[in-house]
Amino acid sequence: MGKRKVEVQRVDDPRILRPRDCIVKITSTAICSSDIHLYNGYIPTLEKGDILGHEFMGEVVEIGPQVKTLKVGDRVVVPFTISCGKCTHCVRQQYSVCDNTNPNWHVAETAMGFPPAGILGYSHMTGGYAGGQAQYARVPHADVGPIKIENDLPDDKVLFLSDIFPTGYMAAEACDIVPGQSVVAVWGCGPVGQFAIRSAFLLGAAKVIRIDSLPERRAMAEAAGALTIHSGMDVMEELKALTGGRGPDASIDAVGMEAHGSAYDQVRQTLKMETDRPFALRQAIRCTRKAGIVSVPGVYGGFIDKVPMGAAMNKGLTFRMGQTHMQKYMKPLLKLIEGGKIDPSFVVTHRVPLSKAAKAYPLFVEKKDKCIKVVLDPAA
Amino acid sequence: MAIAESNIRPTATVRARAGKNYSRAKIAVPGNRGIKVVQAVTIRKPAAELYAFWRDLPNLMQVINHPVSITALSPDESHWSVSAPAGKRVEWDALIINDVTDCLIAWRSRDGAEVQNAGSVRFEAAPGDEGTEVTVALEYNPPGGKLGAMVAKLTRDSAGSQVYDALRRFKALMETGEIPTIKGQPVGGPQRGQKGKK
Repeated sequence: MGKRKVEVQRVDDPRILRPRDCIVKITSTAICSSDIHLYNGYIPTLEKGDILGHEFMGEVVEIGPQVKTLKVGDRVVVPFTISCGKCTHCVRQQYSVCDNTNPNWHVAETAMGFPPAGILGYSHMTGGYAGGQAQYARVPHADVGPIKIENDLPDDKVLFLSDIFPTGYMAAEACDIVPGQSVVAVWGCGPVGQFAIRSAFLLGAAKVIRIDSLPERRAMAEAAGALTIHSGMDVMEELKALTGGRGPDASIDAVGMEAHGSAYDQVRQTLKMETDRPFALRQAIRCTRKAGIVSVPGVYGGFIDKVPMGAAMNKGLTFRMGQTHMQKYMKPLLKLIEGGKIDPSFVVTHRVPLSKAAKAYPLFVEKKDKCIKVVLDPAA
Repeated sequence: MAIAESNIRPTATVRARAGKNYSRAKIAVPGNRGIKVVQAVTIRKPAAELYAFWRDLPNLMQVINHPVSITALSPDESHWSVSAPAGKRVEWDALIINDVTDCLIAWRSRDGAEVQNAGSVRFEAAPGDEGTEVTVALEYNPPGGKLGAMVAKLTRDSAGSQVYDALRRFKALMETGEIPTIKGQPVGGPQRGQKGKK
């Protein structure tokens, strides 16, 4: 409802608007770190009255006539990106750049040249779809997105298939990890960073090093087996010491546009001279081993300043990035959960009734009370 | 004058299929005053399917976002009615002047139309498995001398974006069976939080 203003309101229930829609009665929904960018006003095209939320699951209560893969009563997890499954990008499993799901393509094209996929609850640049921090949500292309949960695992164990587990996993997969050999450094140990660390280990990384400043996040990363560096230290020297002087084979920027640590960027962002604060990205570029990979799951919205392109070019780095190609990862990762290889519920630190969501936002954004991940209960 | 010459030069395929029926001179607006627009989109469907949708002209009402009514008068003739500013309508009869099955459709307004216009749509195989490249060239002559020229300048972009918008919607409809929308979804009301209410 304006910068740093979120409130809970009673609105009309969503309706089926297209033949491939479904309506989900939400049983669990979460606040994502990318909602912080919306909350702080750094993603343009969010409008007053927009409904946030893109990490949710629930029960199908209504389906459009063209949805043959779901039935009323199915328990589903809904991906945050909306993909048609038919365009060339979807056929190539590049689901997050689907051609056909962003009704505001002209807005996105003006900013980016070509429009990426629609995203639930994430500003009008990505379609203006009403989100899932609510009791009910409309899910377009329901025959492509939501996956059925046909086990009795509790919501907490499967909810994060909606975004952060696949997002962390895709970021780790992008690092081309050689099992038993690769060293991966992860900037930012918020929820996506935590999943990136665990995913890197699942893919066989010899060593994962995390760079962050918050003790509770350090503890969570260390519980997964990561080595840790405080972001206030000389990160380059510390990384060299931990890698025999080589530097990490791959770096993951799980921070994105609101990195802390650079007063220069803070001022420029406030003055609108740059839209994003790329402190973590700059450091990752500098620290990554020659011919290494920089993987960027952290969200950027616009322009960044003082990117060390010389370092990137001369060291021969490879950059991989993008919103997550959700539909490619949800089913295989559900199998990992079912097989007991990972229990995503480790990340939850706070549970809040949806009716109190307005209070949960500042708690999460300001990382108070050791808050890492908030799950909202729509029934309460 | 032909429409945006460099952009609508037909490929060898189109020319071969069209044979002697092909004539660029036919798809034209007199003089050199017309607004010219060329827009393209690639659609992952066979050209035949896309051509068939387009050839049944009233189908275009589904993809043109602007309020428009299209009535087929005969296989080659149609009547168009488009809403204009200040509650007015602009109407004209259009004639298909070139029709190459699965490849090309070209049309122009009948003589005496208030807004003279002409256009063409081409369907050509894209490289590899990309589908079909659909290219629309449109030219119209806004009425009214100097004022018209000024309007032309102002509307050039919007004409281009309207054609492009229609092509995006055409692509979504053909590939997925629906056009994405958020019209009709719930939205929050005016802010109440500061007054202390829930």
